[in-house]
Amino acid sequence: MKLESSQKTKKKADARYSNLAKKEALQGYIFITPWVAGFIAFALFPMIFSFLISLTKWDMIKPAQFIGFENYSRIFTEDFRFRQALWVTARYAALSLPLGMAGSLILAVMLNMNLRGTRLFRTIFYMPAILPSVAVTMLWLWILKPRDGVLNYLLGFLHISPKPWISDPNWALPSFVIMSLWGIGGGMIIYLAGLQSIPQELYEAAEIDGAGAWVKFRRITLPMISPTILFNLVMGIIGSFQVFTASFVMTPNGGPGYSTLFYVLYLYQKAFRYLQMGYASALAWILFVIILGLTLMILRTSNRWVYYESAE
Amino acid sequence: MKKQKTFWKIAAYTSMIIGAGIVLTPVAWLISTSLKDASQVFDPAVWIPKPPRFDNYTKALSVMPFAKYLINTCVITFSCMALTIISSSLAAFGFARMRFPGRNILFVILLSTLMLPAQVTMIPIFKIWSGLGLYDTFVPLIAPSAFGSAFYIFLLRQYFLTIPKEMDEAARIDGAGTFTIWRRIVMPQAKPALATIAVLSFMSHWNDFLSPLIYLSDPGKRTLALALWAFQGQYSTDWNLLMAASTVVMLPLLLLFFFAQRYFVQGVALSGLKS
Repeated sequence: MKLESSQKTKKKADARYSNLAKKEALQGYIFITPWVAGFIAFALFPMIFSFLISLTKWDMIKPAQFIGFENYSRIFTEDFRFRQALWVTARYAALSLPLGMAGSLILAVMLNMNLRGTRLFRTIFYMPAILPSVAVTMLWLWILKPRDGVLNYLLGFLHISPKPWISDPNWALPSFVIMSLWGIGGGMIIYLAGLQSIPQELYEAAEIDGAGAWVKFRRITLPMISPTILFNLVMGIIGSFQVFTASFVMTPNGGPGYSTLFYVLYLYQKAFRYLQMGYASALAWILFVIILGLTLMILRTSNRWVYYESAE
Repeated sequence: MKKQKTFWKIAAYTSMIIGAGIVLTPVAWLISTSLKDASQVFDPAVWIPKPPRFDNYTKALSVMPFAKYLINTCVITFSCMALTIISSSLAAFGFARMRFPGRNILFVILLSTLMLPAQVTMIPIFKIWSGLGLYDTFVPLIAPSAFGSAFYIFLLRQYFLTIPKEMDEAARIDGAGTFTIWRRIVMPQAKPALATIAVLSFMSHWNDFLSPLIYLSDPGKRTLALALWAFQGQYSTDWNLLMAASTVVMLPLLLLFFFAQRYFVQGVALSGLKS
């Protein structure tokens, strides 16, 4: 009898609890509804739509015409511009990523030494990363002018002969790399946050053991910020495969000999200059697969070199 | 040991000073050019313009309807900022505070959208907006902000998780509804994180170039970034005017950066980067 009544109250409580839980769940869905709606309207649906478009020939004026995988096969077999764009983008990534990542790490390590004036230096180094890219590109277009350009003028003091920069197929891409290195403050700030979370005791213990600066950097700093390095690497790859504004402002047609025909610039030209929406969508999907593949590959191998404290 | 430390200190100072010089030289050149007379523009040996032509600025701003572009940019930037803050914080509150079936899966989906390149969805979204007759309006530039942004939702969720739940519960006992808790308890306590998001979204919309380029065709509707690009097409040889215009477009961000730098830096610390 007693047992029964207690069971009854428990059931009642359960019912009330589950009502509360239901209410909470409902409210939870209401709170995330804007995002879910946005996800469906601006990500899921367009993704499917974009894949379907990539199977058609479509200029946005006449109705789309289904052609199967012809866009893809044309891209892979006969489109040498595509190969050029991929080559330009990959080369840019291969040059600017390692340089940028190493440079921003070195800056962050120096800022983390608690020297006087650190705040001022941090402000200076970070500033270029937040400036509007159109204005920044314009400025660099002016700096890199082959004749009367200020960079060539300044290099003259170091006895370096003037370079043709963006007017020459061999120098155009390095010009973009130089420009990108000017903005490494963004990566630096992320490294700095990682460095500041390293417990100071580790260094103190190492110092007692007689470790020098290099050993401390190699054996403590690098492993401890390896998750940050991974983050910057993935973001850097995604970012360098999506370069657009700089290339569009500097070399809207792809530069001398198409030497700065970045992938997204080519995609933009196909879509909004030549109105080949199907072809451009296929290019977009290939870009997506490349980025996804590279990211997954890095994440796969990351457990070999990334150290997670919590995973101990 | 001591000697070694001094060595590294000197090495660090030297490289930081050189680095700062490299970073600041282009900015100095920008300002120098923007104040130059037409006769000095093409002389890289002149760094201090004589006399400084401040009227370059008035000239640069009068050859284009600058006030109009400024208003356009502000309308877009501030609407996006307000909408992003509200919609992202609502979703972040849902993910941080409410329990509902499918929450974890939805959160993983949210994070995975960070990896989706905008180029994949660009063409269909363009088609949708033009199909709705909204090409060449501000709607395609502003409306997406009303649906939250994955990165900001993630940042805010991380911050909301650090706000103790006891106050929510106390308020609930006093009869406050969930919406009231969001508005009166969690949002006021999340001010630093909200400021970070405000600053970041201001920056990204002020600097945005691709969306205005795709969606706006009427010259009167241009944003500053787009106008600067068009200005270059028309006055490609007047480098002093171009640099003056560039300076003006950069200026609000520079000011924002100097006065709200910690919020930029905080955005990074917030993301935690652990997961």
